[in-house]
Amino acid sequence: MKDYDAIIIGAGHNGLTNAAYLAKAGLRVVVVEKNDYIGGAAVSREMHQGWIYSSCSYVCSMMRQVLHRDLDLSRHGLLLVPYLGTVNFGDDGETLLAYHDEEAAHLELKRHSPHDADAMHRFQTDLARYAQLIRKTLLRTPPDPTTFRPRDIRELLFLAKQFWALGEHEIYEYVRFFTMSAAEYLDDYFENDMIKAAMASPGIIGTALGVYSPGSAYILLHHVMGDVDGSIGAWGLARGGMGAISNAIAGALRQHGGEIRTHAGVQKVLVEHRKAVGVVLENGDEIRARIVVSNLDAKRTFTKIMDRADLPPGIYEKAKNFKIRGSSGKVNIALSGLPKFTGVPDNRYINRGGQGFTGSLETMERAYDCWKHGRWSDDPFVESVIPSAWDPTVAPPGKHWMSNFVQYCPSKLADGPWTPEKRDQFGQAVIDKIERYSPGFKDLIVHMEVRTPHEIEAEIGLTEGNIFQGELTIDQLLFNRPFPGYAQYRMPVRNLYMCGSSTHPGGGVSAICGANAAREILMDLKRPNTVPEDDCLDE
Amino acid sequence: MNMNDPYAGERLKESPFHPREDALNIRNAWGAWNGYKFAEYYYDAEYEYFCVRNTCATYNICPMQKYHISGRDAEAMLNRMVTRDIVKQPLNRVAYVLWCTDEGRMIDDGTIFKLASDKFMLTCGSPCSAWLEKSVFGFDDVTVTDVSDEIAALSLQGPTSCAVLKKMGLDGIETAKAFDIMRFPFHGDTLMVSRTGFTGDLGYELWIAPELALDLWDELYAAGSDYGIQPYGEAATNMARLEAAFIMPGMEFNEALKTIHFEHDQTPFELSLGWLVDFSKPHFSGRNALLKEKKRGPIYTLTKLDIEGNKPAEGSYIYGNTRCTREIGYVTSAMWSPAVKANIALAMIRTECLQGDLWAEIYYEKELRQYHKVARCTVRKKPFWAPARARATPPPDF
Ligand SMILES: Cc1cc2nc3c(=O)[nH]c(=O)nc-3n(C[C@H](O)[C@H](O)[C@H](O)COP(=O)(O)OP(=O)(O)OC[C@H]3O[C@@H](n4cnc5c(N)ncnc54)[C@H](O)[C@@H]3O)c2cc1C
Repeated sequence: MKDYDAIIIGAGHNGLTNAAYLAKAGLRVVVVEKNDYIGGAAVSREMHQGWIYSSCSYVCSMMRQVLHRDLDLSRHGLLLVPYLGTVNFGDDGETLLAYHDEEAAHLELKRHSPHDADAMHRFQTDLARYAQLIRKTLLRTPPDPTTFRPRDIRELLFLAKQFWALGEHEIYEYVRFFTMSAAEYLDDYFENDMIKAAMASPGIIGTALGVYSPGSAYILLHHVMGDVDGSIGAWGLARGGMGAISNAIAGALRQHGGEIRTHAGVQKVLVEHRKAVGVVLENGDEIRARIVVSNLDAKRTFTKIMDRADLPPGIYEKAKNFKIRGSSGKVNIALSGLPKFTGVPDNRYINRGGQGFTGSLETMERAYDCWKHGRWSDDPFVESVIPSAWDPTVAPPGKHWMSNFVQYCPSKLADGPWTPEKRDQFGQAVIDKIERYSPGFKDLIVHMEVRTPHEIEAEIGLTEGNIFQGELTIDQLLFNRPFPGYAQYRMPVRNLYMCGSSTHPGGGVSAICGANAAREILMDLKRPNTVPEDDCLDE
Repeated sequence: MNMNDPYAGERLKESPFHPREDALNIRNAWGAWNGYKFAEYYYDAEYEYFCVRNTCATYNICPMQKYHISGRDAEAMLNRMVTRDIVKQPLNRVAYVLWCTDEGRMIDDGTIFKLASDKFMLTCGSPCSAWLEKSVFGFDDVTVTDVSDEIAALSLQGPTSCAVLKKMGLDGIETAKAFDIMRFPFHGDTLMVSRTGFTGDLGYELWIAPELALDLWDELYAAGSDYGIQPYGEAATNMARLEAAFIMPGMEFNEALKTIHFEHDQTPFELSLGWLVDFSKPHFSGRNALLKEKKRGPIYTLTKLDIEGNKPAEGSYIYGNTRCTREIGYVTSAMWSPAVKANIALAMIRTECLQGDLWAEIYYEKELRQYHKVARCTVRKKPFWAPARARATPPPDF
C-alpha cells in the first residue's frame, strides 16, 4: 500500500486548497471524499439535462485573489466575473435598484430618501474601513493571546497596530460593531426602512440570527470583506458555477502530484498513542499517513469520525456545543426564459444582476420568528441571482437557471422530521413569493431542486446545514474559532489538523482556511512555506 | 459645408453603426479615432472586457484604415513594403504584417487580406495613403484605393462568437481556421468574415457595405441576445490586447513617420516582432538596416512582465536593483488582469539586462496621498492570455 505524508478528509474547496499547498511543498497527499464528486459546498452539478446548478454557494467574493494567482487557477480554468446591480423588492412591490454606476445609484437612493442617499457615503466608508482591518487578518493564523510564544506576541502586535491605526473614536465604534444587531447599526445611518432592509440582508445570510439580534452586524461585515479584483464588497460569479473554483484548485493539486479519491467516506480517524496516524474508510480500507487533516466542521470531526476515547477531556463537549445551527435553504430553478419583474425596467444590465426579496426589517424579523418556532416562513427573505444571464456555460442558450438562497429554513422542524413533502412545501413557499413579484414566473419553471438544511447536511455533511461550518459570532471568531486554544489549525490530538470553514476566518468560498492550515502544517514539518502572504496589506 | 451649423467642420464623423451604438452608449463616453466618433466604453469598461472573455462583444472597426491594392504588381509591391513574405500567403488568408522606413524603424502594423491573386486589402490603425503611394513607385500595374469609408466593419470577439455567427445562419463558419476569410450572401450582397481580432481570444471580423451595416448589426444582435452580446469600446480593447500582449501605437511604439527625436521610434526586433521579418525574400523597405540590427541585437526588447503585488506599474521605470539606482527600462502598458489574476505589463528593457533581476518602482495613490513601492518582475515568454479556443477549429460554442 502506498504511504502518504498527509491525508485530507473531505474535498471541499478548503480541503483541496490545503492539499494543493502541501503537495506544492513536495508532500505526498491524498484527499478522500465521501461523495462521488468534489467541491463540498462549492460545487457545480448538472441536475437537469443542460442545466448546471451551483447547488450550494452561488456567488464569490471572499476567494483570496493572491491564492487564485499563486495556484494559477486561471490556467486551471477559473474565470471570476463580477456581476452588476441588484434589485431589492419592498413589501408593497416597491423597487430599489442598486445600479452599478455610482451616480445612478445615488439618484436612485435619493428617489427613496435624500437623507439616506447622502448617508450611504458615510456608511460605505465606515464599512470599508472595518472591512479593510479584517481583510488584513484573513491570510494569517490568529495569535493565541494566552501564550507568550514570540510568534503569538508578534501577531498580537500586528493586530494591535492595525487596530490603533483606526484612531481612538473608531476603535470604540469597532468594538460596538461586533456586538450590535444589523438593524441597530443601520439606524445610525438610515431612515428609510426599505434601504435599511436591503442593507441589513447580508447580516442574516446563513445565520441563525435576525436583523435585530446582537451579532448580526458582524455578519454584515463578513459579507463585504471580500472583493473582486480589488473592488471591496463586490461579488462575482464563477464561470461554470462555483464548482469551477473547486475544480481549478483540484487541477492545481493534481499538477503538484496530489491525489483525490472520491466515493471514499471516512468512518474514523485512526489514533495511536494519542497521535493521528491515518483513517479508516467506510468500506473498511485503512490509509495511513504522517498527518491527518479534517475539512469537516468541528462538530462532525470530533463527534462523528473520532472516537471519544481518543480525545482529551472536554473536547467532545466543546464540539457538541459548537454553535452550528442551520438556518438557510436553497432553491435552484431551471427556467425556460428570463423572468420579468413588476416595476423593473427591461434594462440589459439590471437583467444581469441579482434580486433581493428583502421586504422590510419587519418582514425579515417575522421570517426569523418562524425559524425560532421550528417552521419555515411563508414570506421568507430570498436572495436570488440568475447566473445564466451572464454565464453561457450553465444553461442552454435562451434558457436560464436561477439560484435562490432562502432565509430562514430550520434544520429541525417543530412538527417532526423533514420529509420530501415538507421539503416541497418549503420550495412552494419560495416560488409563491417570487411569483408575487414576477407574475407568470411559475410557468417558466422547467425543473427545481429544493434544498433544506436537511439535504445540505445529508449531501455535503455540513452539520445542521449551517453554511459557514459554524456560526460567526464573536465567541466563535478569530482566536476562538473553532474553540479557544485551538484556533491555530492544530487539533487536540497530535498530527491532526483542521482546514475547513470551522477555522479562522470562517465560512465562505475563500480558500483561506485551507491555505492557513497548510502553512501551520508545513511549519510543524519544518518544510519551507508555500503559502503566499496576502496582497491586501498595502491597501 | 453646412452653414447652419457653425461647428459642422469640427464635428466628428459618425460610422454606419452609429445609430445603434449611440442608443447603447448610455454613459455618453465618446472619444475619437481617425475622425470618427468612437466609444471609450458604453456602460462600464470592465463589464465590457468581461463580455470579451466570458460571452461575446462587438467593437467598431470602421475607423480603421482600409486600402484595396490591386493589379498585376500588387503582390510584389506589398512584398517590397512589408517585412513579411506575403508571396507565401494563400488566397483567402489574412497575415499580420508591419512595415518600416529604410532605417528599419517601424511605421505601423496591420493586416493584409489576400482577396484574389491580384487583389489585397491592407488594414491599419493610422492613415497611410502617402506611404502607400511612395511604395508603389517603380511598379507599373498597381492601384491603391482608400476604401476606409466604403466598407463598414465590426469585430465580434469572445467565446460565444462562433455560436452567434452560426445562429445568424453563417453555415460553415465553424470550419474557418484562425486567419481564414469566408464569404456569405447577405441581403443580396456579400458579407466577408475573417477569423481575426485584437483580443487574443476566439473572434471574427465582419466586413460589409455601409448600406447594410445596420441590418448586419440587427441580425447579429438578434442572434447574440442569448449569448451575452455587448458592444465594447477602446478601454476594454486596451485591456484585452494587453493580456494578449499585442502592441499599440502610442504605447509600445511611436510611429516612425511621426517621431521627432532620433531613434525614439522602434525596430521590429525591439518590439519582439522579429518573427515578422523575413530576410529570405527579395529586397524590402528597411532590409539592410534590419539585417544590421539583427546582427547587433536590439538595444531594447519589449518584454512581458508579471509583477508582484496588485498595483499596476503604470508609467514605472524598471531597475536592475531594489535600490533603484540602475535604471534599465520603462513600462509601456500595465494593468491588473482580472482574467489571469496577475499584475501584468509590457516594458521596454535594455536587452543586456534581461537576464538579471528586474524591479519596477510603482507609484500609487491612496486618498490623495502618494505611495511608492518596489516590486519584483518576472519575465513571461508567452502571452498572458491565450485560451485553447482561440486556435481550435471548430471552436467550442462557449
Ligand atoms: C446553501 C449554501 C449557500 C452558500 N452560499 C455561499 C455563497 O454564495 N458564497 C460564499 O462565499 N459562500 C457560500 N456558502 C458557504 C460556503 O459554500 C462554505 O463555507 C464553503 O464552501 C465551505 O468549504 P469547506 O471546504 O470549508 O467545507 P465543505 O464545502 O463543507 O467541504 C467538506 C467536504 O467534506 C466532505 N465530507 C463530509 N464528511 C465526510 C467524510 N466522513 N468523509 C469524507 N468526506 C467527507 C463533504 O462531502 C465535503 O466535500 C454557502 C453554503 C451553502 C451550504
